[in-house]
Amino acid sequence: MSVFINKDTKVIVQGITGSQGLFHTKQMIEYGTKIVGGVTPGKGGTEVEGVPVFNTVSEAVEKTGANASVIYVPPAFAADAIMEAVDAQLDLVVCITEGIPVLDMVKVKRYMEGKKTRLIGPNCPGVITPEECKIGIMPGYIHKKGHVGIVSRSGTLTYEAVHQLTQAGIGQSTAVGIGGDPVNGTNFIDVLKAFNEDEETYAVIMIGEIGGTAEEEAAEWVKANMKKPVVGFIGGQTAPPGKRMGHAGAIISGGKGTAAEKIKKMNECGIKVAETPAVIGETLISVLKERGLYEKCKTH
Amino acid sequence: MNIHEYQAKEILRNYGVSVPNGRVAFTVEEAVEAAKELGSPVCVVKAQIHAGGRGKAGGVKVAKSLDEVRTYASELLGKVLVTHQTGPEGKEVKRLLIEEGCDIKKEYYIGFVVDRATSRVVLMGSEEGGTEIEEVAAKTPEKIFKEYIDPAVGLQAFQARRLAFNINIPKELVNQAAKFMMGLYQVFVEKDCSIAEINPLVVTGAGKVMALDAKLNFDSNALYRHKDILEYRDLDEEDPKEVEASKYDLNYIALDGNIGCMVNGAGLAMATMDIIKYYGGEPANFLDVGGGATTEKVTEAFKIILSDPKVKGIFVNIFGGIMKCDVIANGIVEATKQVGLNLPLVVRLEGTNVELGKKILQESGLNIIAAESMADGAQKIVELVR
Repeated sequence: MSVFINKDTKVIVQGITGSQGLFHTKQMIEYGTKIVGGVTPGKGGTEVEGVPVFNTVSEAVEKTGANASVIYVPPAFAADAIMEAVDAQLDLVVCITEGIPVLDMVKVKRYMEGKKTRLIGPNCPGVITPEECKIGIMPGYIHKKGHVGIVSRSGTLTYEAVHQLTQAGIGQSTAVGIGGDPVNGTNFIDVLKAFNEDEETYAVIMIGEIGGTAEEEAAEWVKANMKKPVVGFIGGQTAPPGKRMGHAGAIISGGKGTAAEKIKKMNECGIKVAETPAVIGETLISVLKERGLYEKCKTH
Repeated sequence: MNIHEYQAKEILRNYGVSVPNGRVAFTVEEAVEAAKELGSPVCVVKAQIHAGGRGKAGGVKVAKSLDEVRTYASELLGKVLVTHQTGPEGKEVKRLLIEEGCDIKKEYYIGFVVDRATSRVVLMGSEEGGTEIEEVAAKTPEKIFKEYIDPAVGLQAFQARRLAFNINIPKELVNQAAKFMMGLYQVFVEKDCSIAEINPLVVTGAGKVMALDAKLNFDSNALYRHKDILEYRDLDEEDPKEVEASKYDLNYIALDGNIGCMVNGAGLAMATMDIIKYYGGEPANFLDVGGGATTEKVTEAFKIILSDPKVKGIFVNIFGGIMKCDVIANGIVEATKQVGLNLPLVVRLEGTNVELGKKILQESGLNIIAAESMADGAQKIVELVR
């Protein structure tokens, strides 16, 4: 098992004929993801990488039976693309696009109320269930199938954590990048819940950063509900207040959203926080050993 | 993106949101001229910099004659104002807002922001005007009232009225205050603001509700559809290195330390600053070169890092994913040659084709120190700049 996606997930690519879309479609197919179609308005009837292209998402879904989509369209059109996917009643939409105006996302979130679709992102690396399905832009080969779930606001920090685990022989169940924007589709708690219920996930790594209070809320949730060990890392301990650190959501405003507050809350709620990004893997391993889970998580 | 108070008031005025009459002045003569035109017995001379706390720092003066306007204007123009938001180096005043004085009966606070937890725009209000909202939230949270706005229908009049009653606006002025809030909401959504803050909102002796101060920040992701707002950008208020970096699509933020950092990905770039600090060093900057670290981008990034005289060494920390380490290594070697780097350079590469990448660095004949890991690299650069 895994969360959100697996070997049976059928994916369409929105923006498949753009340079990003095309490149990553190839990469995803190579990894083994079932890419069943693509959407570019006006290019319906053509084919790229052996995959049929449609004019609309609803047509693509009807013809291919897709249940998920991944979005690589430019920021000005991305909100529209998400809503089109939601309208087509897909189970999952992963939006990679960085730079979507916040108020567009506010509208998207309103539009999604009461609908069945789960949105992951935007401004994220995507989701991967190793050796089964990769939806996004992460380098597939660093992953290894296993039992540790990862949820993160940052792309490259996720790769760091995954790489450290794989090097140490610890595989991953699913890695979910929830993205670096202030308004996003899926938050830490959504993913932690899914990992909590997933039989194949034995432990979780949660990677946050400055800005907002999502980590604090997630820590409270972990304390009250989580049956599995969670370790964490928070980026931006040295970030100055009032400055946006690359990600639109990574900003300390009005003294709120500091790394120190988040780390304190996580520690209080039983989440062991790695001191540096270089020891995320080690920190998890030490907790796995304490809890007698190390042998079960070690993939030989 | 930030703009000046006088610019924010210009936008509010266009939306029928009530603000005092005022004019911008770049020189003492213009200031006196502006005061003459206003013809008000009392004028306020306000320093225009992108930072709050100007009043407490002596950047706002009340003038009762044209002579006083002249005196204050010459005092303020060119003065370096240090407020709690500018940092100790302060900011030089280059523009003034000359505004007619008004008879303040009471001050309030009104603000709109995007609330992350609910994914909604929220209207906040308090009768503790003139005080920073964070301070009110910390000391008397019960004095802050909120209205969450459904984006499908926008701010409703009943919400604005309810907030006005809650913060004890005199009841004969509630409708005027509600109209003010509705107008400000219009500005917020139509101009893609990230913050619209009126602190203080005032009720005057003549029974008017108006914005005595105004702070508008804009979502930089939305500026592509607001050319008019871009015109308000004041490059004097930004770090020149940050301006330069933005031309090359590099995410750069200047800091106070002496170790220049170049990293791919925002999260890793923040974490790299953290690990430098953890080993006793001080980062000179945040720099995310993005997913595609091409030779050109790396070269420009090096140039920007080196334009900071405080920098005594550089740490490059790259996790090559889709981007291969050998390509990045070639970029670093090429850029190093072009820039003629003579400071210690520590490079940590990890990911796709890492061995090939390390080999390229070794064989380049350049003085590049290869790090075995992120921790190793951070320790090495901290040692080298000591």
